[in-house]
Amino acid sequence: MDLILFLITAAVALIGAVAMLLVRNAIHSALFLLLNFGAIAVLFLLLQSPFLFTIQLTVYAGAIMVLFLFVVMLLGAERIEDSTDRIAWQRPLSLLLGLALLVMTVVGALRGGAGAMPPSGEATASFGDPATLGALLFTRYLLPFEITGVILLIAVIGVVVLNQRGRHTAVTKPPVGD
Amino acid sequence: MNWPDLLIIVVQCLVIAIAVTTAFAYLTLFERRLLARFQHRIGPNRAGPNGFLQPVADAVKLFFKEDVIPSAADKAVYLLAPAVAVIPAIIIWAVIPFGCLNTNWDYRACFADPHAAGLHNILQIAEIDVGVLYLLAVTSIGVYGITLAGWASNNKYSMLGGIRSSAQLISYELALGCSVLAVVMTYSSLSTATIVHEQGGLWGIVPQFLAFIIFMVASTAEVVRAPFDLVEAEQELVGGYNTEYGSMKFALFFMTEYIKLIAVSAMAVTFFFGGWRFPGLEALGAGIEPLAGPMAASIAVGLASLGSFLLKLVAFLYLSVWIRASWPRLRYDRLMDMGWKWLLPLGLANIVYTAVVLVLVPNRYIAGLILLVLGLISLAVANSFNKVPKPVDNVTYVKDLRSQAMIPAATRATDD
Repeated sequence: MDLILFLITAAVALIGAVAMLLVRNAIHSALFLLLNFGAIAVLFLLLQSPFLFTIQLTVYAGAIMVLFLFVVMLLGAERIEDSTDRIAWQRPLSLLLGLALLVMTVVGALRGGAGAMPPSGEATASFGDPATLGALLFTRYLLPFEITGVILLIAVIGVVVLNQRGRHTAVTKPPVGD
Repeated sequence: MNWPDLLIIVVQCLVIAIAVTTAFAYLTLFERRLLARFQHRIGPNRAGPNGFLQPVADAVKLFFKEDVIPSAADKAVYLLAPAVAVIPAIIIWAVIPFGCLNTNWDYRACFADPHAAGLHNILQIAEIDVGVLYLLAVTSIGVYGITLAGWASNNKYSMLGGIRSSAQLISYELALGCSVLAVVMTYSSLSTATIVHEQGGLWGIVPQFLAFIIFMVASTAEVVRAPFDLVEAEQELVGGYNTEYGSMKFALFFMTEYIKLIAVSAMAVTFFFGGWRFPGLEALGAGIEPLAGPMAASIAVGLASLGSFLLKLVAFLYLSVWIRASWPRLRYDRLMDMGWKWLLPLGLANIVYTAVVLVLVPNRYIAGLILLVLGLISLAVANSFNKVPKPVDNVTYVKDLRSQAMIPAATRATDD
């Protein structure tokens, strides 16, 4: 039962990932990425971690994808796909780095023996439990947690500052004609 | 998991899906009749007794309408959007406890810790330990349907409606999350069943009055209902993101909105009004058990709890129709101001003092009353600040632009 669900979900995740790369239209590509994120969320659910499932949905599928769609739509980026690459060395470098990552993942998986799925029900009760996770965040990982908070705050302040600057220049130099 | 359990879950899902879609159909009738009452009209009363068959007539009409796909639309996304919209609205129901019908035939288990063994509640599909997060996650992906519909239609009104709705939903999601977080802190659990269980003595609205107000405003905005229905402001946008949709595809968007409305009302009942709990429910079980046995007692408790939940739900839906009948639509910049400058700070302040009070005051009833007073004070303070009659800077900014550019508004409008 679990195996069948796993195979279906994994297939959907792979199809989503590959289709995201192959599709020409940026919006369609974003939608396939969403499919991939959704399938990965279901994989977390199969691994007995509803917490990671909801986090995956909220953070990746919810927030990032909404912002991504925003950028794509407002910039009209779905049409620039046909133009040639402006940065020539980008493609081979990304292929190389991607390959390196893949090799590292495979080696890590083979060495750690993570190839086998944990049988359902065997995962400990406190694994991925929000209370345990919260306690860890506020004790053992307190410093990284707070640094993340500060970084996010800086990002928020940056957005406000950039927005204000744009507004002032727009007032002094109004756009003429569209 | 064995096959009978799986079968039970499938049946539960089917029943819920059919029940919420039927509820949607009759909610439209409920709303139209009530709005008519509020506006001193009669409302639809021709199809069947008191208009009882009106939803059926509407459904038949929508089914037989011509199904048009705009030629300039992105066909795949255009067809996908209604499904993407309606799925989150339905799966959100999985973690909401409608009542407590224990199929182990022991009604007392309903009033004990919901995670103890011996409770098999068939009136809640999935009891997961992060039910509240699940609700928020599913609400946050609900924006996709609207955004995609707006984009795929290839129509500027649809696009504007879609963009408006994305901005609105993202803004109000934060306030919604803050208010729900305060509830989670008060009951120190992310599980919906535990939150309902913990509200045994005192309903959540007392300790979290401010959170309740924020939740009501933010959830009304989240389901884009009046007075926050700028997404489909027909005077400005023809019909908003669903302008290019007809037939059943339009009906699916319509359905999404109403099912989401019922869902957030159910969330409000669960978080702030004790869910399916009602004073005297335990006494009912205790009274029936010696008369008719434990099975009858748990069935009676189950039905009574379901009834109490539905009653509270209908009260909320009535409130929502009442709000729609009473308030005009907000201006767009006001809407954004309200979300970011009022609801979010209030929500954060609420979280802060909830944390402080819960740590300092061990008795939860006293803590609840202190929180209620604090909530009322902050609402009063916020309200008095908000009375300042000040022009909103976004509007003046546009005026400044116009006056400095020396372009009359009329010529700019005809440019495109």
